[in-house]
Amino acid sequence: MLDRKDILGIEELGRDEIETILSTAASFKEVSTREIKKVPTLRGKTVINLFYEPSTRTRTSFEIAAKRMSADAINISVSASSIKKGETLKDTALNLEAMAPDCIVVRHGSAGTPRMLAGYLDCSVINAGDGAHEHPSQALLDIFTVKERLGRIEGLHVVIVGDIAHSRVARSNIHGFTKMGARVTVCGPPTMIPPGIESLGCSVTHEMEGAVEDADVIMMLRIQLERQTKALFPSIREYSRLYGLDAGKLKRAKEGVIILHPGPINRGVEISPEVADGPWSLILDQVTNGVAVRMALFYLLLGGARE
Amino acid sequence: MKPRVVMDGKGIERALARIAHEILERNKGTEDLVILGIPTRGYHLAIRLQRKIEEIEGVRVPTGSVDATLYRDDIGLKETQPLKKMEIPISIDGKVVVMVDDVLYTGRTIRAAMNALMDFGRAFCIQLAVLVDRGHRELPIKADYVGKNIPTSRREGVKVHLEEVDGTNEVIVIQEDEDASP
Repeated sequence: MLDRKDILGIEELGRDEIETILSTAASFKEVSTREIKKVPTLRGKTVINLFYEPSTRTRTSFEIAAKRMSADAINISVSASSIKKGETLKDTALNLEAMAPDCIVVRHGSAGTPRMLAGYLDCSVINAGDGAHEHPSQALLDIFTVKERLGRIEGLHVVIVGDIAHSRVARSNIHGFTKMGARVTVCGPPTMIPPGIESLGCSVTHEMEGAVEDADVIMMLRIQLERQTKALFPSIREYSRLYGLDAGKLKRAKEGVIILHPGPINRGVEISPEVADGPWSLILDQVTNGVAVRMALFYLLLGGARE
Repeated sequence: MKPRVVMDGKGIERALARIAHEILERNKGTEDLVILGIPTRGYHLAIRLQRKIEEIEGVRVPTGSVDATLYRDDIGLKETQPLKKMEIPISIDGKVVVMVDDVLYTGRTIRAAMNALMDFGRAFCIQLAVLVDRGHRELPIKADYVGKNIPTSRREGVKVHLEEVDGTNEVIVIQEDEDASP
């Protein structure tokens, strides 16, 4: 059904492949509603979560997904491993592969790391976020969540607000939503919009009010305080006033607009509490759907015969 | 060799009508009955059985589908299979579950479907209804209700065509070697 060994980015996926992942995820969502939230499908398979950056949501989501498929999941985080002792990435990966895992889920601060590993390793590699490049499983669960609520992606207008330049979530979602036939606009202060981003097929605005008015989906990005090496805006208060989503700005939005956020949210910075907790917010649906989408990825990569 | 038609639409309907009566006779009515078809065609046969039972008893028996795909024993031996509909309409605890499939062959699908059902609860009992039993069992599994026994060789294929999926109602036997369809 999915003729590939790895999931490295949305950019390389075709629309039909995205559709396959979405429909498979829809089936897996049912498993998580059962009293026994487990199917024996991937019994005997081993999944290693190799995380070089902190993560709670994504790592837990992959781990739960693997366990609900009956695969064994092992987590390796940077602070508890030989990486601290100076082992190179390639050596770490080859050592892990010597233990015969079937899939390595990797998050790394440098773009391209998952692709490099995929080249060395015979097992499947899933990119769980590489630098500012891609975070494909996040985009897939975002698309799934929107499709589940609005029934379609084709023809929708998706506005992504925040630090586009540093955001792998934005990049994967631009690729994903445009491939599925939506129109994407990115919005943020000029310092946070990388030059040439239009070449990915989206449009750019620096003015939030207008963007919100015309949106079917508003995706707020987290202000990544830990990635901010130079000041991209004068103050958090100013950013919040201009680009934070609150009830006031939302009043101008269309009826039925939905709000996404990849989490973790900075309450009162990019999103106000009443918006994050309001009826238009699908933030927790995203988390629920993340497990189903990742179960689908494991099934599609590991559930078939290997040539 | 041309496909051999072994059951036509009328034959299928008569077999289902008899199975409906047998289900009611064996279970003394519709109490605690749940009908679960194995998709794709087993599910449509389940719906037809539900209708026939309603015609006879005036009761609409809860009917759904049980997908065995995630429980199969050939995962990893062939290419990844698409998932189908899993819809258990009510709790099966203490219920008499009648599983329905179109063709009973090796018995492996039924084994997988039973394992899937166990994850949903503890049925009082599970019974099996099939439109065609073609033999060649590889597991100790036997149908409780059989539309038609059709002795076949392993080199033959049995295909059930239903209006809801295929546009026609018939059961045909084909020589697998000459079957051009994938």
